Amino acid sequence: MQFFTDNFPLLRDAFLTTLGLSLLAGLLALVLGTVLAAMRVSPIPPLRGLATFYVETFRNTPLTVVFFFIIFGLPQIDFVVSFFVGAVVSVGMYTAAFVAEALRSGINAVGPGQAEAARAIGLTFGQSLREIVLPQAFRTVVPPLGNVWIAMVKNTSIAAGFATTELAATLPRLANANAGDILLILLAVVVGYMLITVPSAYGIHRIERRVAILR
Amino acid sequence: MTTPVLFDVPGPKARARIRIGTVVGALVVLAIVAFVLVRLGGNGQLDGQRWAILFDPSTNVPQRLFEALLRTLQAAALAMVLATALGLLLAVARLSDHRWVRLPVAAVIEFFRAIPLLVVIFALYFVLPGFGIRLSTYVALTAGLVLYNMAVIAEIVRAGILSVDRGQRDAALAVGMRKSQVMTLVLLPQAVRRMLPILIAQLVVLLKDSSLGFIIGYFELLRQARSLVEYFTPRFGNDYTFQLYVAAALIYIVINVLLSQLAKYVERRTRQNAKTAAAAAPTLPAGVVPGQES
Repeated sequence: MQFFTDNFPLLRDAFLTTLGLSLLAGLLALVLGTVLAAMRVSPIPPLRGLATFYVETFRNTPLTVVFFFIIFGLPQIDFVVSFFVGAVVSVGMYTAAFVAEALRSGINAVGPGQAEAARAIGLTFGQSLREIVLPQAFRTVVPPLGNVWIAMVKNTSIAAGFATTELAATLPRLANANAGDILLILLAVVVGYMLITVPSAYGIHRIERRVAILR
Repeated sequence: MTTPVLFDVPGPKARARIRIGTVVGALVVLAIVAFVLVRLGGNGQLDGQRWAILFDPSTNVPQRLFEALLRTLQAAALAMVLATALGLLLAVARLSDHRWVRLPVAAVIEFFRAIPLLVVIFALYFVLPGFGIRLSTYVALTAGLVLYNMAVIAEIVRAGILSVDRGQRDAALAVGMRKSQVMTLVLLPQAVRRMLPILIAQLVVLLKDSSLGFIIGYFELLRQARSLVEYFTPRFGNDYTFQLYVAAALIYIVINVLLSQLAKYVERRTRQNAKTAAAAAPTLPAGVVPGQES
């Protein structure tokens, strides 16, 4: 117990790092993913192609490799980012591909009559997407987006391999402690992740029930 | 794309606008590519000689990368087999009629699904030694992959079993089969066939996740590339760093794309197969989202 209380500040900071990393990467993924989904349904072919290429590439690349490129590759074209920013960008860009896929299925689920009606009253592509289609698409994809979010929180652990001291990284740091102590730390790490994922799952369920559209 | 519903079939004016958009869009894409190439070229990274190292056997680099690829595949293949076998077992156990089997198995599945894979691997590699069990990086990585993916696969298979029509089970019981026979002869074959595309997608995820070996120092592709860089840097400076990283990443991406294509192919065949096409698409339980871990 002594060991645990001694290292409590480390664990607390690590938890806050995981939380901050998740929130920032989640925001980046949501914005970038929405743009990508809009590009994939747009009338302009190069934008469609670019978005498809992005999604397929990132879905087939291990997140570790994305980290690798951001942390070790970007300096080769003279961009140097801090480890934390690198982690946010890596996780955010990787997750954006999954957000885009979820949103695209949501866009497809919006009744064609809605988009046709929007066109009939003279809305442009951008207007009908912004005002009519995307708001409904977001409502239908709350559960899949929630799953993407929870998977992403777990994925932030990979930042541990790239010099960001988040929750998972406390384990190798304190690995030399004796058996009982390190087991307690492991328990704390597991609880730390659950402190984010379990309330998230509950919140997503609440949001889902509130915004669901009955068809 | 079939007939677009989001925008009208373009008239002459809109076609002109789309053409302008196409040109501008293409130019932006080209500009980004050109910018990266110029930056790389400016740093001398596009020098043919620097890339030649990847293909020149006398430098030992291709051999090292190939061995690393084999080690990646070795860990992933063993984990795939074990995770699938254990996943099937756990799925059946979770549907058991006996509460003392069902509840502990459910707890195990939910536990491993709830925590990040890397934490499982760290627990095996950094926590177990405290109890006198010292695992090699290979065993720690493979065991981590197995424990995590067996839980996910168990949920996929369970969803498949539950999606098989009730009448199948009733009929099998009615002709006098025992519960174990109903499961192994009637329910599981249909469930696995129906879930095959999702199972393969999960195995692609497992292969992707084998790159986590990098973090605990298993000599898979990324770690091998890093160690080659560390070997070359004192001798030639930073000359080959970028090339080696690109090579390792490309190998990963190519293998994953190939496996993903296999999954798509199996899915198409499954859909064409009359035996499975007749049934409605099975719904996955909440939280089972294959393909989303790293």
